[in-house]
Parts: sequence; C-alpha cells; structure tokens
Amino acid sequence: MSDSPAIAHGALAEAGDSHEEHPAYQRHHFNSVEQQADTTNFAMWLFLLTEVMFFGGLFTAYHIYRNWYYPAFVAGSHQLDVFWGTLNTVTLIASSFTMAMGVWCAETRRKNGLVVSLVLTFLLGTVFLGIKSIEYHEKWEKHHVPGFHYSLQSFINPASDPAAAAYGDKPLALDMARHTELYFFLYFAMTGMHALHMIIGIGILGFMIFRARAGAYTSGHVTFVENFGLYWHFVDIIWIYLFALLYLISRHQ
Amino acid sequence: MSEQTEHTHHIVSPKIYVVILLCLLAGTAATVWASFLELGIWNPIVALAIATGKAMLVVLFFMGVKYSSKLTKLTAISGIFVFMALIGMTLADYMTRAWGRW
Repeated sequence: MSDSPAIAHGALAEAGDSHEEHPAYQRHHFNSVEQQADTTNFAMWLFLLTEVMFFGGLFTAYHIYRNWYYPAFVAGSHQLDVFWGTLNTVTLIASSFTMAMGVWCAETRRKNGLVVSLVLTFLLGTVFLGIKSIEYHEKWEKHHVPGFHYSLQSFINPASDPAAAAYGDKPLALDMARHTELYFFLYFAMTGMHALHMIIGIGILGFMIFRARAGAYTSGHVTFVENFGLYWHFVDIIWIYLFALLYLISRHQ
Repeated sequence: MSEQTEHTHHIVSPKIYVVILLCLLAGTAATVWASFLELGIWNPIVALAIATGKAMLVVLFFMGVKYSSKLTKLTAISGIFVFMALIGMTLADYMTRAWGRW
C-alpha cells in the first residue's frame, strides 16, 4: 500500500464519486454515524467487562486471603495512612468530574472548555500518582515491599512502629506475622495495576490534549472522548472500592 | 426494528455533574467518618455499601448509563452479574471444603 500512494489515491477518488456524502470520520463499513458511535460504545463496554473480570480476580483473592489470615491483614491495613487515601479519593473523584465536563464540552463543541477539562484531568491524575508514590516510598523505607528485604518488625514488635502503636496492635505470632507479606503483595498488585491504568490513561490524555487543541473532538465526532471518559470513570470506580477495602474496613479490629 | 429511536444522543447537563460530584464527595466524607466508628461486623458492610452507592452514581451519571441504550444497560448489568458469579462460585468452593490447615 505505502509504496504506491498514487494508485491508492486514484482508487479513493473513484470511490469518492460513487458513494453518498457522509462525514470524513464515518468508516465505510458502517451505515451511519449513529451506528458507528453505538458500535464503538458497545465495544468499549465489552472491554470494560474484561477489566471487571481482571480486577474481580484480584478482589476475590483479597477477600479469601483476608478471611484466612485475618489478623495479618488487619495489621497490614493499619500501616496505610487514611489521610493520603482520602486525599487520593477526592483527587480521583475531582478528575472524574473534570473528565465528565470534558465530554460535555466536546458534545457542545466548546474547544477551549474541552482543552481546559482535559488538562485539569491530566493534572489531577498526575497528583494522584504523586501521592501514591509518597505512600509507596514509605512502604519501601519501612521494608514493607514483599521480597528479600521484607521486614516483620512492625508486626512482631508493634510498639517499635508508631503506625502500629497508634492502633494499639498486639504482637503477632511469627507464622501469622509472615502473612502480612501477602497483604502487601495484594496491596501492591491491586494499587499497582490501578496505577498502571492511571499511567496509560494519562498518556492517552496527553495525546487527546494535542488533538483537542487542533479541534479534533469539537466538530461533531466525540466518540473517542466519550469512550476515554468511560475508561477513566471505570478506573475511578476501582479506586473507590480499593479505598474502602484496603484503607477503611480494618481500622477497628 | 425500533433501535433507531434510541440513537438520540443525550447530553447530560453540567448541573447534574456538579450535583453528582458533591454527592461523591459527601459519600467519601461519610465513609471515612464511618470508619472511625466502632461498628464491629458492620464496619466493612457500611464501607462497601457506601462504595457501591458511589460506584452506582458514577456508572449511572458520569458514564451515562441512565441515559444510554438498552444494549449498554444490559452490558453494564452483565458486568455486575459475571463479577457476582466469579465471587459467589469461588466462595462456594472455598467455604465448603476443609481447607483449614493453613
């Protein structure tokens, strides 16, 4: 194809004479722009279903292991800072709002509004990852990252750890304390996969900001912005559950 | 077929988005507040109930399922269903076997 542009052009020009008028963004295998939008939207939802199953496996594993090694999971959860978790939840909800406003701006053909919304969403997403990296760094320093350097100090001797002492944690027996590593494994797997989705989303947002400045989404073709919005809101929902499960539900036990 | 009638694209107004944002922030405040209370077995139940309420608001309004086609509604509901099947059938296995020797 690429080595014969002249032929391709000629073919296109001929085809152009014979078919009905339609917007440039309508692909030829769709009957109408509406059908194209519906099909793409459905495909996006199917993709989100696979994401539900993907994260669902992690949530199921968390649920089962939390029941098996309950004291270890409670002690592990006490190592998380509710302040950072709450701040991140607010940040992500705000970014979902700015994304929804971006979709509205695209639908009502407000180019500047769309660019501002996308930039705000980009920035809030970056703030979320920044806060997450502060939390990860603290886990790294305390040797709570699963692996060769994992430390049981906070769980065998809670008095030595301000975070554990604040909750009045009792010392765990060695075999139970070892299972806190499983809590942190799931913590990093779940928040890490969530963060990876955020990083991919932020990358696409950067691409969309460039395209939006050129007016790509404010001339009637809003499918890409809408479907990205679905993805971004889905990632928000995952975090809403992660926040409750990892940070909140073990505070009193 | 009557699907054609569902193609009218609904634009959700910013007012609704602002109301949903405020509801989600209120829900976040409520769930953090509830986590400070001593509710025993109800702590996780309350936290998950509030999280589910927030998730429903996001799905219905931010993701626009409330205003979307039946196909999209069915797809969203089937997402909840397959997740329930995943959790339910896995737990049915784990809770009815003598795994206890960990």
